[in-house]
Amino acid sequence: MSLSRLLERLLQLIPVLLGVSAIAFLMMALTPGDPVQIMIGDQSITPEQEAELRRGLGLDRPLLERFFIFLGNALQFDFGTSFYHRRPVSDVIAERLPATIELSLVALIVALVTAIPLGVLAAIRKNSILDRLATVGSLLGVSLPGFWFGILLIMLFAVHLQILPVSGRIGYSSEVSTITGFLLFDTLLHGDLPAFGDALRHILLPAITLGLPMTAILMRVTRTSMLEVLRQDYVTFADAKGLPRRRVLFRHALKNALIPTVSVAAIETGSLLGGNMIVEAVFGWPGLGRLVVESIFLRNYPLVQAAVLLYAVTYVLLNFIADILYTVLNPRVKL
Amino acid sequence: MTVLLEVTNLRTEFSARAGLVRAVDGVSLQISRGECLGVVGESGSGKSVTFSSIMGLVRPPGRVTQGTIFFDGRDLRGMSPEEMRGVRGRDIAMTMQDALTALNPALTIGEQLAEVLVAHDETLPTGRAARRVAIKDRCVEMLGLVGIPSPDSRLRQYPHEFSGGMRQRIMIAIALACRPKLLIADEPTTALDVTIQAQVLELISDIRARMGMAVALITHDLGVVAEHCDRVMVMYAGQVVEEGPTEDVIGHPRHPYTRGLLASIPRPAMRGQPLTPIKGQVPNLMGLAPQCRFHSRCPLAEPSCLVEVPMLSAGPGRRARCLRLEETV
Ligand SMILES: Nc1ncnc2c1ncn2[C@@H]1O[C@H](COP(=O)(O)OP(=O)(O)O)[C@@H](O)[C@H]1O
Ligand code: SF4
Ligand SMILES: [Mg+2]
Repeated sequence: MSLSRLLERLLQLIPVLLGVSAIAFLMMALTPGDPVQIMIGDQSITPEQEAELRRGLGLDRPLLERFFIFLGNALQFDFGTSFYHRRPVSDVIAERLPATIELSLVALIVALVTAIPLGVLAAIRKNSILDRLATVGSLLGVSLPGFWFGILLIMLFAVHLQILPVSGRIGYSSEVSTITGFLLFDTLLHGDLPAFGDALRHILLPAITLGLPMTAILMRVTRTSMLEVLRQDYVTFADAKGLPRRRVLFRHALKNALIPTVSVAAIETGSLLGGNMIVEAVFGWPGLGRLVVESIFLRNYPLVQAAVLLYAVTYVLLNFIADILYTVLNPRVKL
Repeated sequence: MTVLLEVTNLRTEFSARAGLVRAVDGVSLQISRGECLGVVGESGSGKSVTFSSIMGLVRPPGRVTQGTIFFDGRDLRGMSPEEMRGVRGRDIAMTMQDALTALNPALTIGEQLAEVLVAHDETLPTGRAARRVAIKDRCVEMLGLVGIPSPDSRLRQYPHEFSGGMRQRIMIAIALACRPKLLIADEPTTALDVTIQAQVLELISDIRARMGMAVALITHDLGVVAEHCDRVMVMYAGQVVEEGPTEDVIGHPRHPYTRGLLASIPRPAMRGQPLTPIKGQVPNLMGLAPQCRFHSRCPLAEPSCLVEVPMLSAGPGRRARCLRLEETV
């Protein structure tokens, strides 16, 4: 794909992102409840003071003007002050973001490395016991509520077997100073292998819980597309060429079968963001998801607004990446 | 000429919900070294399944249930799947009807060519760099052989970047890469327009003469058979109904089905004409009664034809599956 086509596609994102920003803005602007009243709480102030406060927040200006101010600020990552933390929203989010990204990435990896081999095996051994088990398993995977599955895992591995920790990102004894905020990375940078192992043990259960629905979906997608691909003439032709079975399955069939899997994985990564809120709550994971849930309860509007925008932008970008991956993997499609 | 491929009494069945479909029923055939055998018959008569069976490429729910297949003195039906992989692509190669779907859209044609050599060619050097160079040279050579201009630069391209005729040539190049003793060309021209058809057939004939390779040319086109094949075999409803030297069979067909096929084609302009179907329907291949399968459509049919009909001698080197051959002398 040429650079100019890529740029063109990137430009096409602009209206989408504008729309998304407008929604995030309006969500807050039109939500019942006056932020000024919330800030005042039960303190008593004069109407003049209240008007002053309103002007200070820019709330006295017309909606459209406020939207452009919001946009301009957002472009500079300025989302105002978190009422609760009394610090810039962007700082608070930046602090929590690595934990969430790390958890999502590990969940994604867990999903990919289990779903793809299972899907391929289920397709090759269609209607075998393994295929049936995988089918039932994936049905459960998409339908089980995440918190329920998470609690089940905690009860089994943390409470009953006591081989994995219940919550948090790392034990107190292994804490290391922050470099990137990604603990799996930081512990390695410190050369502290035991701490790395500890962080890994902590992330395992939440990552599995978070990745479960995605594993189930990706397995189904891989199985279906693999079955479809195995019926194609080019697989028969590869067999007619007398290629080793390995090569027919993994080079000829899988390379094509993975095209939908990879696209769906990129799109589904966006849905991990939603799953994060529940999983982080269940596993006491100090990430963005938990922060957002807390902020909603605290009516910490600026933070919620910034998070919504962040989620939406991430989602749009992931879809964009899915498109790009699809074309990169599929030489037939030109952007 | 010595026999290269000898198939006896081959039967291939597909199990479907409604019952067993006998797609190939009692097919026997022989191909000598360097010979070109034409295989004709209406669509659905079992041509492709016959040759897929020979290559061991029938997949469930299909199964070869009976018969022997000897190739170059070796018993193919007795071979393990792994042994068959050593025969396919090296000794027996195949091209499929539609090159667009037969070439993998996600792999470059260079890779699709090279992998056959990697799988089968023991003469390649073992050193990594030398091996790479040798493979590349062979790929360029093969593409040149089938008439792809500037092959060097086209190895890195994907199938969709080639025209239909070029793709057919590439598929032929892949099939010929290991210099097989037998090429099975399954309707190599059906998907192409007329001028390209002629070029592709010339190419196969030309290479066949140069490599001394035998060819089984499956086609709808009796004109193609007349021009390129030494012998011809006519299939109907999963059986061979007539076989013999091309000139004899086309000049003087003995089986009523073959006569019907030829009658429907204006003689001087035979080439390029598809087979026009004869009145009536091909019988359902499920649960056939033991009787002449052409009975319902045959102008010579008699009640005495309602028995199982074997292949009968129909002149020197010729056989036909009909009880009333004396009517067609
Ligand atoms: N995969 C399959 N499943 C069930 N039946 C099949 C399958 N492939 C072929 N057949 C049966 O075999 C018959 C012959 O098919 P085929 O050899 O492809 O015909 P031809 O190549 O002469 O056009 C078909 O009419 C069909 O009934
Ligand atoms: S056996 Fe009878 S029905 Fe069959 S082809 Fe010959 S004449 Fe026709
Ligand atoms: Mg066919």
